[in-house]
Amino acid sequence: MSLATTQSIAETRARNKELIEEVLKVYPEKTAKRRAKHLNVHQAGKSDCGVKSNIKSIPGVMTIRGCAYAGSKGVVWGPIKDMVHISHGPVGCGQYSWGSRRNYYVGTTGIDSFVTLQFTSDFQEKDIVFGGDKKLDKILDEIQELFPLNNGITIQSECPIGLIGDDIEAVSRAKSKEYGGKTIVPVRCEGFRGVSQSLGHHIANDAVRDWIFGHLEGDGKPKFEPTPYDVAIIGDYNIGGDAWSSRILLEEMGLRVIAQWSGDGSLAELEATPKAKLNILHCYRSMNYISRHMEEKFGIPWCEYNFFGPSKIAESLRRIAGYFDDKIKEGAERVIEKYQPLVDAVIAKYRPRLKGKTVMLYVGGLRPRHVIGAYEDLGMEVIGTGYEFGHNDDYQRTAQHYVKDSTLIYDDVNGYEFERFVEKLKPDLVGSGIKEKYVFQKMGVPFRQMHSWDYSGPYHGYDGFAIFARDMDMAVNSPVWKKTKAPWKEASSAKLQAAE
Amino acid sequence: MAQSAEQVLDHVELFRDPEYQQMLAKKKLFENPRDPAEVERIKEWTKTAEYREKNFAREALAVNPAKACQPLGAVFASVGFERTLPFVHGSQGCVAYYRSHLSRHFKEPSSCVSSSMTEDAAVFGGLNNMTDGLANSYNMYKPKMIAVSTTCMAEVIGDDLNAFIKTSKEKGSVPADFDVPFAHTPAFVGSHVTGYDNALKGILEHFWDGKAGTAPKLERKPNGSINIIGGFDGYTVGNLRETKRILELMGIQHTVLADNSEVFDTPTDGEFRMYEGGTTLEDAANAIHAKATISMQQWCTEKTLAFVAEHGQDVVSFNYPVGLSATDDLIVALSRISGKEIPEQLARERGRLVDAIADSSAHVHGKKFAIYGDPDLCYGLAAFLLELGAEPIHVLSTNGNKAWEEKMQALLASSPFGQGCQVYPGRDLWHMRSLLFTEPVDFLIGNTYGKYLERDTGTPLIRIGFPIFDRHHHHRSPVWGYQGGLNVLVKILDKIFDEIDKKTNVLGKTDYSFDIIR
Repeated sequence: MSLATTQSIAETRARNKELIEEVLKVYPEKTAKRRAKHLNVHQAGKSDCGVKSNIKSIPGVMTIRGCAYAGSKGVVWGPIKDMVHISHGPVGCGQYSWGSRRNYYVGTTGIDSFVTLQFTSDFQEKDIVFGGDKKLDKILDEIQELFPLNNGITIQSECPIGLIGDDIEAVSRAKSKEYGGKTIVPVRCEGFRGVSQSLGHHIANDAVRDWIFGHLEGDGKPKFEPTPYDVAIIGDYNIGGDAWSSRILLEEMGLRVIAQWSGDGSLAELEATPKAKLNILHCYRSMNYISRHMEEKFGIPWCEYNFFGPSKIAESLRRIAGYFDDKIKEGAERVIEKYQPLVDAVIAKYRPRLKGKTVMLYVGGLRPRHVIGAYEDLGMEVIGTGYEFGHNDDYQRTAQHYVKDSTLIYDDVNGYEFERFVEKLKPDLVGSGIKEKYVFQKMGVPFRQMHSWDYSGPYHGYDGFAIFARDMDMAVNSPVWKKTKAPWKEASSAKLQAAE
Repeated sequence: MAQSAEQVLDHVELFRDPEYQQMLAKKKLFENPRDPAEVERIKEWTKTAEYREKNFAREALAVNPAKACQPLGAVFASVGFERTLPFVHGSQGCVAYYRSHLSRHFKEPSSCVSSSMTEDAAVFGGLNNMTDGLANSYNMYKPKMIAVSTTCMAEVIGDDLNAFIKTSKEKGSVPADFDVPFAHTPAFVGSHVTGYDNALKGILEHFWDGKAGTAPKLERKPNGSINIIGGFDGYTVGNLRETKRILELMGIQHTVLADNSEVFDTPTDGEFRMYEGGTTLEDAANAIHAKATISMQQWCTEKTLAFVAEHGQDVVSFNYPVGLSATDDLIVALSRISGKEIPEQLARERGRLVDAIADSSAHVHGKKFAIYGDPDLCYGLAAFLLELGAEPIHVLSTNGNKAWEEKMQALLASSPFGQGCQVYPGRDLWHMRSLLFTEPVDFLIGNTYGKYLERDTGTPLIRIGFPIFDRHHHHRSPVWGYQGGLNVLVKILDKIFDEIDKKTNVLGKTDYSFDIIR
């Protein structure tokens, strides 16, 4: 059904350029100028995608982006399971982000694990007027009393905290001392800071650096004997179990995973990470900061990897193995070989059903490029992609390693632009978020949520690829998409077309 | 390796595979885990009366509260008007959250824009964001009205919506006569039901009281019409449609204010309808002339109803009319106010609900229930349980206040089945957890988050409330009116029978009681 497959690159480029011009017409002049910089058609050979990024969203356009709090509490800190994360401020932020990211973990929820609880200071008017520090002090006491097995507490600031002049750092220090050096981490991730979730990731990374690494005692942690094969998984949030279906491969090739950041992670794992021999980084966008810090401070090298789809998985396993001895290199080959029959069977089953189908993506800071290989393994083609909160280094990686010539690129796309693009390019599948899902399904376009895996997953690793393939097939080839037109209306529109 | 192309296993099955289980067991070594015996001891301790006492002594911390913040309610109300775009002035992440939250419940698109204020706006105020934002929204989304509300950021820095909108219009963001009603909706006051109230009042005030000084105030010329307000309601699609059906049956001329029953239930037919249905702006203005305004949810409309009453209308409010008596009261009130006869068909429908209750009440009678949710929902459900002969034991509303507590207590005192019930305003679901452990009940009624309570305490959950994320489509069926009462009754009965089956389905142990006929 796609238009793209029947066109030459030059035609596609011209069509996409025209489409961008058309879309920009809706804006007032000032806005059109600003948005023009975020939209482009990728040209092969260029070092980036030719779009501006990580710039403030324009008021009133219906940006899809979130905020710094979402980046810190929702992404980086929230999954650390044995710590209590307080949504500090009014009730809403914690409520809307309660349990919605599916960061899987194993633990006794409410007793020694707290990921799917919503702890909030539920600010009232008096807290705004008189400040919330005393309340925070009391909250920390109440958590200690009612949740005595928590291993630490973080304070995730909502907008008002930074505006009313609260000193959450002072409260944290004082209470940490009172509780014998307990880990209490104040995080300045107020939602108005920065332009998207992205600054929240950075602030959260810095909080780990300052309040976890900065307070490491020489008390013998970690409590295990280091080996030459110790690695840490950085930037995997274990959505639908992604980190688990990754970890199993790393361990099969002979590595030992000593920490997961942060899906199914724990404070002890964060603290142990400086002992790793290599940090392997999946979500570059949200955790490159701490990886760079560990490289500078502890001399730990880091390498990016991509566990979506067998081509990228094999490439990544070999790249990771390259940091180790032959034992691990052989281990990587052994793992690739072991899963090859599964990969072959999955591709044999699903590729014929998906071959040639086109996809448009719009996701966060990693997946707009990382999943492209998995689609290509299934014979699908990504014809448009963009980042909600990517930076230029993300677009560089995208241009250099992932997208094809003439791919439509849209940074910080908004509802209007995305609808027009999909309307014109008519992809066979759109992969984006919950706010986009129903819009495109109403239009009759198959859709998968690519933040939450549409409540499926895992998608990482070989086990995950089978699920990814199944899910894309069930979206694209669901019989429902043939039924969106009432038969009596379908007949009349076909007649109209015939008459033209 | 458990995975295969023939039978693809996802997270539900995959991780139960021994390979994964061994991997997870080994991972524990790095987690510095607590002693399992200690975990067990604390787990048991949290079930005790001693823990409950400490839990209820909490003064500052909220754990699993059952409420959201004001702007969510404002957005929900605003989309109930014809081609209306909700515009929330403040940080942009909030809007992403409201849209996600509503979409996860209704499984529908949810359109709303933000003025995307950042650090500079925190220092200098958000006037430019308002000016640019209104212009962009107006051009891009071609709304007929933009309804403005605020996030807590804009409230803390004290942005003045009235002045900002006026200035924006002077700068040409939108035409001078374009409708931009507004409401201040601070997240640190009240909850989403307060936001609903403020936004709706803001919209009526705009149309009735001279559009912020830009038009003459409307003069009320009373007619025979009745205004209906649904309030914040996860069942808005089913409930408003059912309410309109009843009004039409009775031949009552009416206007549903904030009618979002269409926008949250659009067809999949190849077209995305950003706007659908809704109260026309003309009807919203003309609603001033109505004879009376009826609110289906008192605690969602306190300010709105006071405003309407000031304009000379009769106002009547209900508390989420579920079941027989509540529907009787509603229909009698509609008849009294409109002067219209109650048609025989409604008597028939009533009779069918009575019939269903008579058929099934033996299974509900004497069963003990805990309920939590918004204040009106709690009241409506408790009232229905009482007339089924069931016994509410705990009724908890995080956003319920003292007045709600007193009204609930009066309701409970009026029935022999309400004598064992306690009312908990301002409490959260961690309090409810203690209640369910120390004073167990047979069933819990609440929203999706109740599944954590069900897992911890073993109390079977009947999902009625907002949000419902993990079950689909229930919002399309009404829970109000006689038909809605029947739906609620069936939902309760299904769970009761399922539980009996679950308890009696062990082959060779409980072959008895596993009955075919009940």
